Amino acid sequence: MWQMDSNRPIYIQLVERIIKEIIAGKYQPGEKMPTVRELAEIARVNPNTMQKAFSQLEQKGMLYTDRTVGRYVTQDQAKIREKGKQLARQLGEKFLADMRALGLTEDEIMEVLKTLMSGDKA
Amino acid sequence: MKIEIMNLSKKYGSLYALQNVNLTLGQGRIVGLLGPNGSGKTTLIKLLNGLIQPTQGQILMDGQKPGVYSKSKISYLPDKTYLNSQMTVEQLVDLFGDFYADFNFSKADDLLKRLNIPVQQKLKTLSKGTQEKVQLALVMSREAEAYILDEPIGGVDPVGRDYILQTIISQYNRNATVIISTHLISDVENVLDDVIMIKNGGIFLYDSVENIREREGKSIDEMFKEVMRWY
Repeated sequence: MWQMDSNRPIYIQLVERIIKEIIAGKYQPGEKMPTVRELAEIARVNPNTMQKAFSQLEQKGMLYTDRTVGRYVTQDQAKIREKGKQLARQLGEKFLADMRALGLTEDEIMEVLKTLMSGDKA
Repeated sequence: MKIEIMNLSKKYGSLYALQNVNLTLGQGRIVGLLGPNGSGKTTLIKLLNGLIQPTQGQILMDGQKPGVYSKSKISYLPDKTYLNSQMTVEQLVDLFGDFYADFNFSKADDLLKRLNIPVQQKLKTLSKGTQEKVQLALVMSREAEAYILDEPIGGVDPVGRDYILQTIISQYNRNATVIISTHLISDVENVLDDVIMIKNGGIFLYDSVENIREREGKSIDEMFKEVMRWY
């Protein structure tokens, strides 16, 4: 079962999650996607909602349909990388905005990051 | 199955259990029927199943009134068990197979296996939650055109609920209409297409769950609690 926030439309959350999984390589470029039914069952969501998420992912060019055989992840690796950068930028912006809201200077923010990252290595 | 409900009222004595209800339920939708105790949920379900007759108005299922045709196409899970508890699960499967032309044995075997049901045991030796799972497995094993499930997860623990929801998602056929009556909204809201909120015998709201989330910015559970508190 996928964790969902019931306060927001479910299809939007499905789109976000599947894009992240494509960026992270869980679904590889050109790989065949599970069917709507299969993924709806795994996520425990309504199949029509999953269908809507898949349609949106097609519109965004992240998936494509081969009428007879099924649905595949885009083979356009540049597009996936671009989407990954875009998402990273958004997360970064959110982090920066939160830090600035605390009144931290650029130097202090860098300090926080450095400490965290060296902590990660240790 | 297309279900049309027109100007439907049901009176018990001088009291309206349902008053002037109009609804059209489309094919292939999973619809939640939500309402507090005494709101008219069970009355509506009984009318849909042809177990009681309306005082006014009518219901049409694929253009026909509830009767022999609709009963052969609707798979109904009542809120109370009606199965003979002296029978084993296997015997119940055979009974259903004899009774319903649309019963799919291999589906039943598969479901009972997935739900870990000991099929050679008598129903009465199983826990309440397990009995409910057996009942749901039998009901979902029919290739029906509508499934009407009255409180399908009421007596089941959270793990069992998850299995049951998975069963509903995976088993209903694409063109079937599924109606789930429940008060455990947060557990089921992610599997619904639409909700009907019913209060004091009238339809308070009928909309798609994603529309409600988009418009209200809140979950169906929260929306329901607010509606029932203030209106």
